[in-house]
Amino acid sequence: MSKNNSLLQIREVSKIFSRGTVDEVRALDNINLDVNSEDFITVIGSNGAGKTTLLNIVAGVYPPERGGKVIINGNDITNIGEYKHARYVGRVYQDPHIGTAAKMTVEENLAMAIMRGKPRGLRLATSRQRRELSSTVLAPLGLGLENRLNTLVGTLSGGQRQALALVMATISKPAILLLDEHIATLDPKTAQLVLELSEVIVTQEKMTTLMVTHNMELALRYGNRLIMMHEGRIVVDMNQEQKANLTVNDLVIAFERASGSKFADDSILLHHN
Amino acid sequence: MDFFTSLMSTSVYEGLVYGFVAIGVYFTFRVLSFPDLTVDGSFPLGGAVAAVLIINGSDPWLATLAALAVGICAGLGTSLLNTKLRINALLAGILMMVALYSINLMIMGRSNIPLLREVTIFDQVAQVLGMRADINLSIIVTVVLSVIALFVLNWFLHTEIGLALRATGDNEQMVRGLGVNTDMTTILGVSLSNGLVALSGALVAQNQGFSDLGMGIGMIVMGLASVIIGEGIFRPRKITTILLAVIGGTFAYRLFVGIALRLGLPPTNLKLITAVLVIIALAIPYIQKKLRHEWVPPAVRM
Repeated sequence: MSKNNSLLQIREVSKIFSRGTVDEVRALDNINLDVNSEDFITVIGSNGAGKTTLLNIVAGVYPPERGGKVIINGNDITNIGEYKHARYVGRVYQDPHIGTAAKMTVEENLAMAIMRGKPRGLRLATSRQRRELSSTVLAPLGLGLENRLNTLVGTLSGGQRQALALVMATISKPAILLLDEHIATLDPKTAQLVLELSEVIVTQEKMTTLMVTHNMELALRYGNRLIMMHEGRIVVDMNQEQKANLTVNDLVIAFERASGSKFADDSILLHHN
Repeated sequence: MDFFTSLMSTSVYEGLVYGFVAIGVYFTFRVLSFPDLTVDGSFPLGGAVAAVLIINGSDPWLATLAALAVGICAGLGTSLLNTKLRINALLAGILMMVALYSINLMIMGRSNIPLLREVTIFDQVAQVLGMRADINLSIIVTVVLSVIALFVLNWFLHTEIGLALRATGDNEQMVRGLGVNTDMTTILGVSLSNGLVALSGALVAQNQGFSDLGMGIGMIVMGLASVIIGEGIFRPRKITTILLAVIGGTFAYRLFVGIALRLGLPPTNLKLITAVLVIIALAIPYIQKKLRHEWVPPAVRM
């Protein structure tokens, strides 16, 4: 750990739910992960593999079991409380409703995102400067949102809301971006659009990114590194060269070899088309 | 049209003075999604604090401000129960409301304090303006106070903190993910709401000439009725118009009540009618969906 320059270090992180009951689940089992600056990591794994639990711990939704550590930019953020994680972590959720506030306008949503992790005071939240910044980041999306700053977000479509959520997660340039199956509930066309937007933003802003997906094809196509989780552990970790010429079939074989179990999640295989 | 003018002026005064309660209720129920029942206790709390201070010789304006401050404390109590001890919002409000019943009795020492011979803020303003302390004066005082309150609240809800507060009720998970301490915004919102309610209690007590232990009963339902009526009539979308609509809703509610009373409705039936009104308003969306054969999830219990 001493000469470690990783942007995000996850050390011996475990998470047990419903401890001491018959439903006890070891959602994460002693995870160690180093994420380098500007890494774009795709994370795959079957249901219950611990992908979302891992993101929740990085985002501070709940702390890991005692002994686990989450370090970003050299700061130990393991137990600082969820709202303080916001300074470091931007997140886009699977459900567009979670990433945006429906009863507020596009401009107000973005104003809150611009204030990410900063102390909030009694200045007016929207200013000309913030409005201009909002327009500049919305214009490249090609959705016309820059002309609808005063529209209530609840009246936007799911795709528009998810695109907005993506902008909100990245506008104040957090250290790390978490994409939690963020295109899973969108229709194919919108999903494609949001995915392309994600890649553009990640590349342009050089965002360090963890993208959870159910889709092996996407996991291979995007990013410079791929990790696969199974039963709370990371069972496959591939860099750019290792995953460059891989097919979905190779990935399934790699998974079976690493985890010692048969790959049996149809939903993942079915995505492969 | 003496009947008409007196009905209108009473409704305007009541619409404004109870408008503070309605805005308080709007703040918790709608902005924060925090169904706060403290209101039934913090309204008489405001009346009690103002009355006791006034009969003990305090300046009525100071007494009114003190009522506002004590109301804020009541809201603080409820929101701390919810955020720090993780007690369900409804239950936290009920607990505080019940506790306040005893506290109000302790403050007042008896169940009713008459203020008829005391100098209230209305008397003071009447003296300054050189007019009689009648309904017109009540309207002038409450208009000025409401305009100030609306102006401040409208500004506050557009500030960075105000935005965080609104977002807390709209999407708590998102706003926490953006770095807002949602416990703090909840505490702030619920406290402010009860401050407004207690302020209203202090004004009502001074205007009617007494503070009564039971004057808060049904206040929450009345506030909710006003909010629902205001939303129904004006269909507001932006914060500024919503605040105005809530005041308008309170006025409309008071006008309905005034008309019903003058048509011979026994005053004792008033709370029943109000409850039925709110029940109907809350049930309509469900019935509409049922008629369209939509599936509606069961109501939340806790």
